[in-house]
Amino acid sequence: MREIKIFNTTGSFAENKDKAREIRINFIIPSLEKKEKVILDFEGVDSATQSFIHALISDVIKQKGAGALNNIFFKNCNEIIRKLIEIVTEYMQDSV
Amino acid sequence: MNSVWIGNIDPFIRSFDISNEHILEITSHKKWVSVHPVVLCMISALGLFMREHGAKINFEKMEATSKHYFHRMGLFNLLNLDSEMKITPHESAGRFIPIQQIKNSEDLEGFIKEMIPLLHLEPNKVEPIKYIISELVRNVFEHSSSTNGAIVCAQYYKKSNTIRLGVVDTGVGIKDTLQIFYHPRDDLRAIALALTPGVTGTTRKLGGVSEMNAGAGLFFIKSLAKTSRDFFMIYSGKAMYKLLKNPKNKQIKLIADPLEDHYSSDNKLPYWKGTVVAIDLCLNETINFKELLTSIRKVYSEGKKKLIKERYRKPKFI
Repeated sequence: MREIKIFNTTGSFAENKDKAREIRINFIIPSLEKKEKVILDFEGVDSATQSFIHALISDVIKQKGAGALNNIFFKNCNEIIRKLIEIVTEYMQDSV
Repeated sequence: MNSVWIGNIDPFIRSFDISNEHILEITSHKKWVSVHPVVLCMISALGLFMREHGAKINFEKMEATSKHYFHRMGLFNLLNLDSEMKITPHESAGRFIPIQQIKNSEDLEGFIKEMIPLLHLEPNKVEPIKYIISELVRNVFEHSSSTNGAIVCAQYYKKSNTIRLGVVDTGVGIKDTLQIFYHPRDDLRAIALALTPGVTGTTRKLGGVSEMNAGAGLFFIKSLAKTSRDFFMIYSGKAMYKLLKNPKNKQIKLIADPLEDHYSSDNKLPYWKGTVVAIDLCLNETINFKELLTSIRKVYSEGKKKLIKERYRKPKFI
């Protein structure tokens, strides 16, 4: 199980898609490829944009299929971040 | 004209004369000038663009009593023009974000952090503003190919408790961005496509998503304006789309197809090379972001499915 604190990369407003991409490429994908479970900890992140969440996880679902969500855990999400994650995971599963 | 807001911006845009590409003449009403921040963004963006292409800027000396506003918003400073005004700088209590040129991701991050205290607003009221600026400016970085980045400014109006903001670029415009995959027949159709959930200029697949884009950003922002019963406008190429205010007695229903919404448009305006976006956001009622996202989730999904179905091939029976 590997855990990353999103706040340490983004601060309280997670909007920088380049940073989301970095987390995905350098942390999420390699961890999943090693069959490790991933925890994305949003503690301290007050809000995010849909674009950030999209850049963070959409390509994981596209590459690995919806089953990847069995191995990704979203921790300490407030209601807004939770909704955004639900939106992105839903439309991604509609697309794949 | 001496007053330009989103509601009455049409004649201002129609009066914009693009016949001389070698000189930018800026004139203003002699007695009183009152404009939406997007107008300041447009003047700044156009000035930077034309100067970059060797044109001259002739800014007629302002005489209106409100000229100091233009100075404080940083118009003359950004265009490196002498305002011929002597103003003692003082702490901003006016709740505005002066005109900013944002060219990259780091600039944007810094700008978002710095702009919040300038507005002197409660944190929950700032959320939608941060959201809008981030999404619109990142659109400029990713789609516009603008060499001058995004020009942004905003103003809070105490009387109406409204924040008004503009984000402008002088890039390739929406039609060009969508040309490769969607072939919009004109600028208005291009804007409508850009506002439709699931349409992005970065993927060939209709209703599809790319690694970094889902075609949701503008739809989210239009939905924010609709929920707060306010104006939202996009002007690109020869077209302008304006979401009109939702009447107070009418229930708010998000609609995926922007051309089925309550809007006005014009497809024969002077050509704007790039994209102009303006929004008003009344802060009287705190937008329930969670509820809004629930509605967006539903409409986004339905809208995308409808969009995909429109392209389904029908079996040919002979």
